[in-house]
Amino acid sequence: MIETRKLNIQPALSRPDDFYNALVDMHRDLSEEQSQMANAKLILLLANHIGDEETLEEALKIAAEGLN
Amino acid sequence: MMQTHQNPVYEYVHSADQDAVTPVHHPVIVVGAGPVGMAAGLDAAAQGIQAVILDDNNTVSIGSRAVCYAKRALEILDRLGCGQRMVDKGITWNLGKVFFQEDQVYSFNLLPESDHHRPAFINLQQYYLEEYMVDQIQQSENLQLRWKSRVTAVEEKDNRVEIRVETPEGEYSLTCDYLIVADGANSGIRKMMGLESSGQVFQDRFLIADVVMETDFPPERWFWFDPPFHKGGSTLLHRQADNVWRIDFQLGWDADPEEEKKPENVIPRLKAMLGEETQFELEWTSVYTFQCRRMEQFRHGRLFFVGDAAHQVSPFGARGANSGFQDTDNLLWKLKLVLDGKAPDRLLDSYNAERVPAADENLLNSTRSTDFITPKSKVSHTFRDATLLLAEEYPFARNLVNSGRLSMPSVYRDSPLNTPDEASFDSAMAPGTPSTDAPVNDGDWFLRLISNNRFNGLYFCQTDGCLSREEQATLSALTENTEIPLTILAVGLSPDINQPAGVNPVTDPKDMLKQRFDGQPGTFYLFRPDQHITARWRDLDQKKIETALNRATGRS
Repeated sequence: MIETRKLNIQPALSRPDDFYNALVDMHRDLSEEQSQMANAKLILLLANHIGDEETLEEALKIAAEGLN
Repeated sequence: MMQTHQNPVYEYVHSADQDAVTPVHHPVIVVGAGPVGMAAGLDAAAQGIQAVILDDNNTVSIGSRAVCYAKRALEILDRLGCGQRMVDKGITWNLGKVFFQEDQVYSFNLLPESDHHRPAFINLQQYYLEEYMVDQIQQSENLQLRWKSRVTAVEEKDNRVEIRVETPEGEYSLTCDYLIVADGANSGIRKMMGLESSGQVFQDRFLIADVVMETDFPPERWFWFDPPFHKGGSTLLHRQADNVWRIDFQLGWDADPEEEKKPENVIPRLKAMLGEETQFELEWTSVYTFQCRRMEQFRHGRLFFVGDAAHQVSPFGARGANSGFQDTDNLLWKLKLVLDGKAPDRLLDSYNAERVPAADENLLNSTRSTDFITPKSKVSHTFRDATLLLAEEYPFARNLVNSGRLSMPSVYRDSPLNTPDEASFDSAMAPGTPSTDAPVNDGDWFLRLISNNRFNGLYFCQTDGCLSREEQATLSALTENTEIPLTILAVGLSPDINQPAGVNPVTDPKDMLKQRFDGQPGTFYLFRPDQHITARWRDLDQKKIETALNRATGRS
């Protein structure tokens, strides 16, 4: 587990199931390649919205944690 | 192929040095007469150092090569006497456009704030710059350029460097206090000394085509990612002088360089891009690969490596020649002070301390641009395309598009020569920064006033029009310093009042000096001979200024 200073790791979504469903739903009619593209765009949009490099670096670390 | 330009052939001239029984000594010898080597020689001459430049060839650049010259390079060339010819002949441009596949994604304007003498960028073929530099060298009494003179051996001994020079008439030896090595990316001297430049080789090939055409394309930088006329690659279009256009195609690693540069293969690519009906002539083609690398140290005893010999970047961002000029700009005033015995040898270590981080900054920027332009993995390709797709409509993504982060001069933030601020300033002109420009007096420019190869002070007078007795005494003492005399520009001082020698009134017609330096009354800035700010204060204090001057010259 990675300690965070700025990234909120406590539940923040009021309707978590709705969001999760919308996320998976976004990919419903997309090819594998299109899905990759949609994910990339989503990450860029959200990263800019967060707008804080330190928060993003923490998220990057957690995302890659334990994968290799 | 068509030729808009004929390369001059410079004559090999016998030097009296070749007849000497013992090797003739010169304070500074420069190896290599490319733009950076010639800048080193011209800078030596400007500082009053007698110097010789040696080059194994006898002409200027074959082909246009480095074509983008940034504002700071032009300002340095102004100090060396070549800036005006560059700007007169070059193409001034400010607008860049970026395209992805069929569509324009966005455009950017490089035009900085107004009221600067020099534009953000000009484009000019490298051979013109080199010709102007050769002309300038020929006018200089203290500087010789010897063609067809190849350095075959270098040895440092007894507080000097001895070199062996091979000419069409045979070999001879020379000695010097300092050898400036400007023999390019594949530096023969670097190899001879067993030194390395290490970094990253990029597995990609690019085709340059210089094309002559009469067209109404505007003088803008157009960059395509994956265009319909060159699928999967990137393409750059840029205007140079004489209706010559630089077109750059990314070919991929598997391309055969010899085949690709043949006119019968280049012309179809150009027709696909420019349209069948556009009339053009091919002038020059070349296929290049590149590396991003540097030497670990740029100073080796009495040898100083500058330009591509010391560090090599990708062409994206125009950071090669532009950063090379900043190397010599940094080095020569220091050599002058040490040669004159006014500063200790350790001042020369600051060349390394300041220019190595600058090279790292350029390497970082040019490597990142390269990674964006030529993504190396599937996922980086996806992010690249996602960025470009978003950029057309969503402004945030435009900042992420990287078609080359264009050369900006490095700030020597952590230089040991700086004196840290004691007060706060509403101005970016912090210690280590190359000075900004401003209109001064009647149609003159601030950077021109401080291009005298000396330390300069900029003082904002306490009271408009005149100096108090204390101010006069302090400024006089600084201008009369026997070791490092200052020239002082006093803003708000009436020209008709008698002032101490070395204190010059300067008018600030548009209040730009005041604005850009946050020039509240009593503010004093200290500039090095390379126009970098080394210290600043809110009040005039002789002791502090002298301490900062000692620090800036490595004497404390």
